[in-house]
Parts: sequence; C-alpha cells; structure tokens
Amino acid sequence: MKTKQTNQLFISFFTLILVLLVSCGEAEKKGQAAETNSTEIEEAQGQSTVVDEESAANALQVAKSLPDFSTLVAAIDAAGVDDALVNVGPLTVFAPLNSAFAKLPEGTVETLVKPENKEQLAFILKNHVAPANYPDTQLKKEAKKGRKLYMASGKYLVVENREDGLYVGGTKVLKTVQVSNGWIHVIDDVLVPAE
Amino acid sequence: MKTIFKSLFAITVLSLVFSSCGNGGSDKKSGALSSSAAEKVYVAPGEHDEFYAFVSGGFSGQLAVYGLPSGRLFKVIPVFSVDAEKAYGFNEETKPMLNTSHGFIPWDDSHHPDISQTAGELDGRWVFINGNNTPRIAKIDLTTFETTEIIEIPNSAGNHSSSFVTENTEYVVAGTRFSVPYPQKDMPIAEYKGNFKGALTFISVDPEDGGMDIKFQIMMPGFNYDLSHPGRGKSHGWFFFTTYNTEEANSLLEVNASQNDKDFIAAINWKKIEEYVNNGGGTKAPTNYAHNVYDEHTHTATSTMKDEILIVNPSDVPGAIYFLPTPKSPHGCDVDPSGEYIIGSGKLAAELTAHSFTKMLAAIEGEKFDGEAYGIPILQYEEILAGAVKQPGLGPLHTEFDGKGNAYTTFFISSEVVKWKLGTWEVIDRKPTYYSVGHLMIPGGNSRKPFGKYVLAMNKITKDRYLPTGPEVTQSAQLYDITGEKMELLLDFPTIGEPHYAAGIPADIIKANSKKFFKLEENKHKYVTKSEADAKVVRDGNEVHIYMTMIRSHFAPDNIEGIQVGDEVFFHVTNLEQDYDVPHGISMIGAQTSELLIMPGQTETFKWYPKNVGVWPFYCTDFCSALHQEMQGYVRVSPKGSSVPITFTLDGDAVDAE
Repeated sequence: MKTKQTNQLFISFFTLILVLLVSCGEAEKKGQAAETNSTEIEEAQGQSTVVDEESAANALQVAKSLPDFSTLVAAIDAAGVDDALVNVGPLTVFAPLNSAFAKLPEGTVETLVKPENKEQLAFILKNHVAPANYPDTQLKKEAKKGRKLYMASGKYLVVENREDGLYVGGTKVLKTVQVSNGWIHVIDDVLVPAE
Repeated sequence: MKTIFKSLFAITVLSLVFSSCGNGGSDKKSGALSSSAAEKVYVAPGEHDEFYAFVSGGFSGQLAVYGLPSGRLFKVIPVFSVDAEKAYGFNEETKPMLNTSHGFIPWDDSHHPDISQTAGELDGRWVFINGNNTPRIAKIDLTTFETTEIIEIPNSAGNHSSSFVTENTEYVVAGTRFSVPYPQKDMPIAEYKGNFKGALTFISVDPEDGGMDIKFQIMMPGFNYDLSHPGRGKSHGWFFFTTYNTEEANSLLEVNASQNDKDFIAAINWKKIEEYVNNGGGTKAPTNYAHNVYDEHTHTATSTMKDEILIVNPSDVPGAIYFLPTPKSPHGCDVDPSGEYIIGSGKLAAELTAHSFTKMLAAIEGEKFDGEAYGIPILQYEEILAGAVKQPGLGPLHTEFDGKGNAYTTFFISSEVVKWKLGTWEVIDRKPTYYSVGHLMIPGGNSRKPFGKYVLAMNKITKDRYLPTGPEVTQSAQLYDITGEKMELLLDFPTIGEPHYAAGIPADIIKANSKKFFKLEENKHKYVTKSEADAKVVRDGNEVHIYMTMIRSHFAPDNIEGIQVGDEVFFHVTNLEQDYDVPHGISMIGAQTSELLIMPGQTETFKWYPKNVGVWPFYCTDFCSALHQEMQGYVRVSPKGSSVPITFTLDGDAVDAE
C-alpha cells in the first residue's frame, strides 16, 4: 500500500517534470518564430530610383526628358539597364532617335522588348555605350588618330571625320549633349552589332 | 525517515527542473528581449535613422556623426585636429582654421557639442563645440557638415564649461576651467589665491549667418568653472555655471579642492550684463586672439588676429551675479525643460541637489544672503533648495530630461544611469552602464522640448565589452529605450576617441538642408579653374601655380613640364563635376602633405617641393569612376636653371585645343 502510494507520487512528479520540459520547449519555438519574422528585408532598389533635383542631369534623366528618345527609354527599361546609365561612369552614349528605331524591319522593336529577349536587347543597347569620356572634340581626335571606340558590348566602333561631320559606326553624329556622367551623341541609326 | 528522504529527493529533483527551466526560461526571455531590442535598433538597408547624434571625439579633437537608433557612423567632421583624409589643416584653404595666438595648433580636445536653438527648441542650423586645451569654440554648419568658424578664447584655460547656447542662440558661452593670472604675467604659482581669475566669455551669434564675436568677458574669482547651462522659459536670460576648487588650491587638487562642504553654482543674469555693456559698461582691454572663418564661396578660410576685448568686473554690475551653494565640487549643471530646476551634481556628494529658480529670485529679492565671495552675494542654501535626490548612486555627473517630468542622471563610480522624478525626487529606475559613464544625451534633452525616446550613455571604460585590441580598447556609447517606466538597454556601440558628450536631433529637422554639391558658377576661389580650357601653369620666380581641373576621369592638364628642383609648386585643383557624391582626390609623390579630397564645384590647393630630377606621377585618390585607375598624370622635374620651358598638355595637345 505504502509502496503504491510512493509510486503514484513518483508518477505525478514525472508528469509534472514532463509538462515543465515541454512548456520550456514551446517557449523556445515561439521565440525562434518571432526572430525569423523580424529579419525580413524589403527588396533593394537601384541607383536609378535616387531622387535628386539639384545635381546636373545624368544620361538617363536627359534621355527621359526628350520625347524623341521615347523608344530608346522604353528599350532601356525593358532591358533593365537603367541603373547602369545613371552610374558614375563616365559614359558616352550614342542615342538613337525614335526615327532610328522606326527604320528597323517591322516588328523588330516589339520582339526585342519581350522578356525572353532581354539579354539580346541589352547587348544591342550596350553597343551604343562606351565606358569612357568622349566629348565631340575628343571623338574628332580619336578619328584623326585612327583610334576605335571600345563599346560596352565588347565590340569596336569606327569614328570618322567626314566632310559633313563626325560619323560613328557609319552614322552621323547629329548633336552632342553633356550630361553629368558623360556625353550623349544623338544619331539616327540603331548600331546593331554584326552578330 | 525514508519518507522524509524521498520527499527531500523529490523536492531536489523538482527544484532542479524548475531551476533548469527557469534558467532556460530566462535565457529564452533574454533571447526574446534581445530580439525585441534588435528590432528596435534595426534600420533596414536603405532606410534612414530617426535621429542624428553628434558625438564629440574628446581627445580626437573631432565630432562624429552617428545615426540613432542604429549606431551607424556616417562621418567624422574634423574640427580641432588635422585630418589627412579630408586635407583639413593640410591644404592651404583650411590651414588658417587652426591658427591661434600660439600659432598653428594641429590638435585639441573637443568636448561639448550643442545644437543651435530658436525659442528654446533645436533649430538644427549649427553645432557649436569647445576645444579645451587651447581654448576655442568652433561652429559646424549643418548644411555642409563642415567646420566653418573657430574663435579663440583669450584669458581662459581648459575651456570646459562651454559651448552651450542660450535659448535663441543669442550667445554661446565659454567658461574657463583653470583660472590663470589676468593679465597673464610672470608670477609665483603659490600666489594663486586672490590673484588668478576665471573668465566667463559670452560670444554673440549672428542670427543670419551664425558669425561669432566675443561680446564680453566676465572676470570672475579664481575658481574652476566646470560646466554650464542656460536658463530657459521662465529662467531665460540667466546662465548657470558650476564651480569647484572654491578653495583656490594650486596643487594636489584631488585633496585640496575637496575641502569645502559646498562649492557654488554661479548664476549669471546675462541680460542685465548685456544691457550694462550696451550702455557703454565694461573696460576695453588689450588682448590677442584668433578668429578664423571659412567662406563657402571662396572655399578658403581666413584668420584674423583681434587685439581688444571687453572685460566686465562683477562688482561693477550689482544684482547680476549670485552664488548658489551646492554640495561637494559640483560637475554637471543642468536645467530642466521648464527652466525651474537647476540640477547640481556634486561629484563627491551623497545626493543630487535641485535648486529652484523661483526660490532663487525670492531669495535675491529678500536678500537671504550667507555672506559673499569676492563681492558676489552667496544665497542661503535652504532658501533656494527645491529638493534633493537621496542616495541616488555614487559619483553623479550629468542630468538630461525626457520632457515628461523625468530626469536621468549618470553615476561614474557606480556605472549607472538613474531615472528619477522632478518634484518628488524619487528614484524610478536604475540601469547599469558598461562601464564608468560620463555624459548622457537625450535628443533635445537640454532644451525646452526634449525628444524623450532614447538616452545615449557614453562610457569611458569598456574592458571586456568588445574584441580586445591590445592595451588600448574602444570607448563606447550605449543606447537605452526610455519610452517605458523602466529603461531598456538596446545597443552598445564603439565610438571614435572619447565620446565625451553628444547632441541629438530628429533627422527630419536637418536632413533636407544637407548640401549636395557646390555650384561651380558660385566658386570664388582665388585660383579657381572653371573649365579645362582655362587650365594653365604659371611660373612666378621659383613659385609655380598649376591651375588644374578634374572630371571623370582625367586631370587637365595631365602632362606638365618645366618644373625645376627647388621650385615651390602650388596645385590649385578644381573639381568640375556638378553631381551629388562625385568627389575626386589628388596626391603627388613626395608631397609632404595629405591628399586633397575635393567635392564637386570646389577648389583646393596643396604645395609640393620637388627635390629630385625626374618624371613624377600624381593620381586621383578617390575611387571616382570606372576609369579611376586611368586618372593620373606626370610632372617633369628638371635641374634648377634648366632651359626646359613650362608646358602643360592633355592628350598631347594644349588643354584648350579642339
């Protein structure tokens, strides 16, 4: 009888101990869950989202401000190269007008801006950007010295001084604009790389 | 017997389980707590902090800018010490900032930053800070976060009860810690008593441009003036300075300056003295001190020596100065947001003393004096006492306020922050600091409108708190959440130098004013070069001035010939960029100075003394762009008297060539 009571007492104790241990474990789990929730980070945004009304405008800001470049700006957006164009650079951009894109075979632009062609579009756009500081005066010197321009696509463009002006990749430079991170030279052809 | 044994066994097992669960539970609890503390100080990547904290660097001489609650360091603003990184004190433009009556002083001990106020509230225009060693007050402009003015304080030494501002920034004060002979003279040190004087200097601040000018200096008895704070609200127009060493000891002060049961808080009616001075009062005395001003448009500092100062003798302005007896070498002197209570923290006292401004006025009115010291009336202690916080801790130093009726005091010896209630003087909470805390800071905590969300405690000693770094280990700041009844330690971060004191302000008050770059068209530097076509090299005897520009990613000119051994070559370099966050740097091999780090639109100058014949390169030191490594140039150095002419080119042509 006495033994039985003792056993019961022990069983009660063990139950109590188990309950205590289990409740400790639960507290631990809850703590972990809370910590996991607290460390979520929102997706970072690129440098093109920086708001700065005071600095001189960069290449992308200038392109966006001119209606003649709406196709180019749309292509930049589709290719996801916005952040590169606002980078400290320096960059020299040969910027095709809307009319240049219109010269391409019908449906070309529509095809290129599709998500599955993002890389190809980016490659074409990069063929318009030199990671360098080339004002028109410097381009003339490059032509005179027979130096080619190395473009972000990895291809080279030829610069020529012709009688009626400066030509790059066979198309005429119509106008030159200084931007905070380099230069924009306006052209009326898309410089499609050979391959 | 057996049963008792079993019961004992059972109790032992149970208590083991309880205690292990208790321990586990408390670990979990601290885990949960630290997790919530982590959330409170976590500022996600790309997010901004809620407060700026301007934390002085103490013996570094500088002022560090941190974000709160994250504790992230944004910038170290050079103030009193040269800074090779920013060329402060190295380039020709900023060398005058460190000029004094003792010549060029490349270091000081920066102590008490205080943010300018309007109507008793932080306005975020400037931060003032004192240099202790060679007495100076500096002003930092909070649009450029640069030191734009430094004024030397004559007749002062150990400029410690400084640089606190009145509630409309009418004045910034500078009180001497060490009394000295006035005027300075060759005399026996032992004749200190009665002969040394303690100068309290009132520097007016121009409400438009913040320009500083010493308006008057009060020549007080030769005590040590330790800390100070302005009256505010009802006590606006008064300033309060703690004193110690009213014994006037000149040696072994740790013993000899601790003899008196009470020292004083000096209450100065500065409005009364201002009126006296404006009516022609005071004595013009000869002096010699430097006033250095940096001009944002010339990007250049000038140093002017001043030779006259207006001295006010306390006995000439009766009713303007009183002594409030305060126990045991009071250190901190803090005024609550209402302006009613003046808290004196007797370093060696067993209690904190709160004087009542209202009672002080009544005691003055009723002439409740307890004698005088050097002609200055001493008010009766019991007549002005508002209350005392009994046995609050050991070694009270400083008090700040949360604007909700609570005060927070640091205790150096017992390493703790104690929260207590104004009016009832009861202690509400105490939390340890790690270790030996000096000042503490609540943003706006010494203004009419504190932002009582956090308190930052600044510690002198950290011992085991961080990874060890040899005998010298970092000092620290500790952030506590004070929004609840009890304080909660959130964060513990290392600081530069000695985090002596700090001033905090909501970021929203100043961040929109922060300048992005300097406009090139507004650059009025004597040697500015506004376009590459204007770049040139000009010889004038053995002085050669190089007018150079920098833009991504080249210097113009970048090939220079015709320099000779023995020339003194000045590189005047202008950053042509007009874009946020595009500085360029420049350094020249063998130049016995620092680099220049030039902000967009700015011009800076360094000197180079070519010693050897050869062709020597210079380069851009700031990783400015993708072609940063290409941003370099050469200077050809010929023997003295060589016939090689001065030429300067870019890409083989004159800089203005088409």
